[in-house]
Amino acid sequence: MTDATLNTGGDRPGSSLATQDARTKRRNRAEARFKAYGLTAILIGIFFLVVLAVSIIRSGSPAFTRTIVGVEFTITQPQIDAAEGELFKTKAYQTLFIDALKQQLDARGMEMDFDEDSIERLLGKVGSTLREYYQANPGEIGTPVSFELAASSRVDGYLNGRLTRDSVKDSRFLMAADLDLVDALQEAGIVRSSLNWTFITGTDSGVDNPGGAGIGASVVGSFFMMLVVLVLSLPIGVAASIYLEEFAPQNKFTDLIEVNISNLAAVPSIVFGILGLAVFIQFAHLPQSAPLVGGLVLTLMTLPTIIISTRASLRAVPPSIRDAALGVGASKMQSVFHHVLPLAMPGILTGTIIGLAQALGETAPLLLIGMVGFVARGYPDGVVSGFMDPNSAMPAQIYTWAARADPSFYEKAWGGIIVLLVFLLTMNIIAIILRRRFERRW
Amino acid sequence: MSLLKTTVSAAALAALAAGSAAARDNVQVAGSSTVLPYASIVAELFGDNTDFPTPVVESGGSSSGLKRFCEGVGENTIDVANASRAIREKEIKACAENGVTDIIEVRIGYDGIVFASQQSGPAFTEFQPTDIFNAIGAQVLKDGEIVANPHNSWAEFNSDLPDAEIAMFIPGTKHGTREVFEEKVLLVGCEETGAMKAMMDGGMSEDDAEDACLDVRTDGKSVDIDGDYTETLARIDANTNGIGVFGLAFYENNTDKLKVATMGGVAPSTETIASGEYPVSRPLYFYVKKAHIGVIPGLKEYAQFFVADEIAGPGGPLSNYGLVSDPELAEVQSAVANEKVMGGGS
Repeated sequence: MTDATLNTGGDRPGSSLATQDARTKRRNRAEARFKAYGLTAILIGIFFLVVLAVSIIRSGSPAFTRTIVGVEFTITQPQIDAAEGELFKTKAYQTLFIDALKQQLDARGMEMDFDEDSIERLLGKVGSTLREYYQANPGEIGTPVSFELAASSRVDGYLNGRLTRDSVKDSRFLMAADLDLVDALQEAGIVRSSLNWTFITGTDSGVDNPGGAGIGASVVGSFFMMLVVLVLSLPIGVAASIYLEEFAPQNKFTDLIEVNISNLAAVPSIVFGILGLAVFIQFAHLPQSAPLVGGLVLTLMTLPTIIISTRASLRAVPPSIRDAALGVGASKMQSVFHHVLPLAMPGILTGTIIGLAQALGETAPLLLIGMVGFVARGYPDGVVSGFMDPNSAMPAQIYTWAARADPSFYEKAWGGIIVLLVFLLTMNIIAIILRRRFERRW
Repeated sequence: MSLLKTTVSAAALAALAAGSAAARDNVQVAGSSTVLPYASIVAELFGDNTDFPTPVVESGGSSSGLKRFCEGVGENTIDVANASRAIREKEIKACAENGVTDIIEVRIGYDGIVFASQQSGPAFTEFQPTDIFNAIGAQVLKDGEIVANPHNSWAEFNSDLPDAEIAMFIPGTKHGTREVFEEKVLLVGCEETGAMKAMMDGGMSEDDAEDACLDVRTDGKSVDIDGDYTETLARIDANTNGIGVFGLAFYENNTDKLKVATMGGVAPSTETIASGEYPVSRPLYFYVKKAHIGVIPGLKEYAQFFVADEIAGPGGPLSNYGLVSDPELAEVQSAVANEKVMGGGS
């Protein structure tokens, strides 16, 4: 063994550099192997990314379209009065609508054999749409209005191929015979597919009405939460980092603070949720399910991230800048605020945006402060109610949808993921642009 | 203490220019994930049909809902707890300790628990409680002796069942469903196989034997699902031999993926559950804090709306979604109208 190695080593001076000896070959092979490993790792990464993107888009895109049934409808004042007199008002509106649709189909000469139940199965809850419309537009009572109503999730599924005639089993939700009616309506041009604005702008809906569910209100909830996070965590985080980095003496106490900040950044987010429940809701008596509380909890979570990235970018500013400022007679504070901070700004902003993006996608802490669940308050009336009224957040809404029985809510959950990803991508792109634009190299 | 409180509140309100914490104007509900779908249907309709804002309904399980319910009285506690089982003595006591004394119990109807498997899987179409017990009990009776469950396949103890590996997905202990499953299936199965008698003959007290009957095997053949039915469905999807425990409404929403088994020879349906023929069903409840009525706008109206004939009665949206209407709904309605609290009193 030892002899053999010595022998090859001994051959070396006599051989040409152009011929590779065993050792060089081995080293080259090792390098080639390493390159191959790296390439494989990247390919695996890309493969999973593509699979993820394809599956998200494929499962989520149906959420953005919906099936519309266009029906012209007239209601009279006495009919409205009668309907408003009942406890279950929306049901009364629904009955009126069903009668009107029947008349229309008869007028078109389509001898379809259907009953009220099958209309309800196909069109879902039209009552609340109608009631809302007439309450908002009392002037339209008595005149014909053309309504575009969303068909039920199963009709959607039938038209976009999720359900086939073979897989439909007769149930309360859809009878195989109902599909004949759908086909007929489609032939007559009453049913068509269109972009689902309700999904983008709407609020959450009850479990039996997946067609009416939208992510809009929770986008607003997320927005108000991010506002709180930004307004609180940016100044606090930057002030803390500037003090620690530029002014604080180096002693055991500041060391302890530093260690704790690094540790806080790694604390699971659910812990902040428990803290938020105990401090903000049970102790400070702030309202439950409010974006304000959500924002406060996420602020706690984001602060360490912002402090760490801010300190890193402050440290990246060369000491010569500080020395030059101090040298021409600037005070310590002037040197920091006039010279160091502006140069560190791109890094601080990038860190903040990434911290915000992380907070935007967080569900766990929201579970404990009541923002995960059925929260369908609709849009807030103003800034104060935006902070204080119950609302959900995008990831919480997605989580809620994914847990519901109706398969079309599952589709909505994927659609919600697309919306969330669009927001995250936008935020990350802004971070990249800021960095590219203002970054300075020394 | 009060300084800290002021600091926290001040910090919290710093984000608000207006700075006034308005009183809560919406009903806050939490609890059973089985009741959640019904509660969310009612909440949406309540918002649509009245001038009150839509209530917020959270999930989390019966026990956690009742725990939050019993935290105290005040705007920062929930008003209504949904539960898929009746409140326990222990919980009533915990409530009373925190000042929650007047509780209105409202039974909204019944829910069936079904056993379902993959549409294309082995033919699991007929079960008896004894089969389920033999499959997943920790200790079963075999050849006249109590032994640690040796069964690997269903056919080992009932030749009518498919020779497929045992894989059951049952609700975790924080679900109200688990209690019904234990009481109506495991315990019944334990008694019917004779295992319970054998245990008692072996020197166990009746209580100990009952507890032993409810133990499920821990070797992976029976899996506790702590999430909701969607998770169970995903497990069934991935396992041809898997048998899951679902609520009737969830099963009816997914008939294209699941096939249901009869229990004790009765197929689960709203009719068989209402008549009591189907053995595994349980009442669903919600609990209202009387102290909040008149403080939280719309609370009593929400409770009344929930149990109104048009909503919870036969043909209403809840029964359309799978709730089995309570035959004694009229009594429930009058109890809610009179704010009748638990434990006598009015």
